Amino acid sequence: MQIKTIDGDLAVCEIDGVQREASLMLLADPVAVGDFVLIHAGFAISKLDEEDAQATIDLFRRILAEGGGVE
Amino acid sequence: MKYLDAFRDGAVARRLVEQLHARVADYAGAMTFMEVCGTHTMAIYQHGIRSLLPPQIRLISGPGCPVCVTPVDYVDHAVALSRLPEVVIATFGDMVRVPGSSSNLQHEQARGASVRIVYSPLDALALAQKQPEKKIVFLGVGFETTAPTIAGSILAAQRQGLTNFFVLGANKTIPIPMAALAADPELQVSGYLCPAHVSAIIGPGAYAPLAEQLGVPCVITGFEPLDMLQGIAMLADQVIEGRPRVETQYSRIVRPEGNPRARDILAQVFAPCDVPWRGIGVIPGSGLCIRDEFAAFDAARRIAVEVEAPREHPGCLCGEILKGKVRPGDCPLFRTACTPENPVGACMVSSEGTCAAEYKYGI
Ligand code: SF4
Repeated sequence: MQIKTIDGDLAVCEIDGVQREASLMLLADPVAVGDFVLIHAGFAISKLDEEDAQATIDLFRRILAEGGGVE
Repeated sequence: MKYLDAFRDGAVARRLVEQLHARVADYAGAMTFMEVCGTHTMAIYQHGIRSLLPPQIRLISGPGCPVCVTPVDYVDHAVALSRLPEVVIATFGDMVRVPGSSSNLQHEQARGASVRIVYSPLDALALAQKQPEKKIVFLGVGFETTAPTIAGSILAAQRQGLTNFFVLGANKTIPIPMAALAADPELQVSGYLCPAHVSAIIGPGAYAPLAEQLGVPCVITGFEPLDMLQGIAMLADQVIEGRPRVETQYSRIVRPEGNPRARDILAQVFAPCDVPWRGIGVIPGSGLCIRDEFAAFDAARRIAVEVEAPREHPGCLCGEILKGKVRPGDCPLFRTACTPENPVGACMVSSEGTCAAEYKYGI
């Protein structure tokens, strides 16, 4: 979910237009409004590493490009 | 979550499957990979991953459905508490339908017990604030992803001076049973698809003994179809190379160090202890028990209640299913006496349970 607002240890997060409060108390990574976080049972537990996600997606694209005949 | 479509691309999936088939084509042996997380079990069925794999690779489900591994006497304890007029049970939804020895929480609710389904232990805390005359008992079931959220809630309750918030604890840790199953000669696990969200907390290092001492390849894998196909291919590579190690496919969420802050909060409130697992028995050090300093929040120590003698349904093979030794179809009750509407065993209750997933998606 994406962080919309942060108030101390509490963030309001949104996914597909649905908003939910999440505690930031367990999160080790520093976060800011606009970051994506993984939420479990009302607590943010990890921040999505966007660079890393992009690297995996790039790898998939390369795999596809090398595929030649695969539609 | 962002990028979701990119991890579900059908064309990439076909390519990954082709590559996997090509890679294992010349491998003479068989590979058995165990997924140890209920969410993986569900996702594997949902996306039909088994049907895409080469015949050399077999997937089996392990003990990663938290509701399923919780033994029947825990449900009986919760049922007994729910019968006390001053108690409100607050729990994640799955628990209410898990059969106890003679009842379950849903039946108790129909008979007048207060049972509230919550999304977070913090919701249970809010209930405790709103109803100071009641004792709110949260059912603390789950692995290292959920346990820190419960620890955090206990700390918050302490800070707020709440004296009517309790946890009935049955939290567990996952790497220790993985080691127990890896050492089981009957199973021959050749690799683990390690849980995604648990690993976000405990980090890859928690599996190092499995790879280094027991020689079992481990890959921390996400839940999307491409994640799982890539994770399985990484495991197959490790087997073919004969070089077991811990790798992280799900690096966009799982840091090399895990989440040290969540682990600190967990360790502040919980200490390792010996606990029983359904079907497996007591595994030393595999449980998380509330520390003495927080005994005031421990329902088991603070609310006295008589609990009936435990009795499992004699025909249910759920325990064997949790060890990956039998498949739901091997159980004579599957689809006949036991259905999601009328579950006989815990593995049919939770959507993460192997029997429930097989019922819903299996052919
Ligand atoms: S089908 Fe039902 S009775 Fe059989 S093992 Fe699964 S949960 Fe138990």
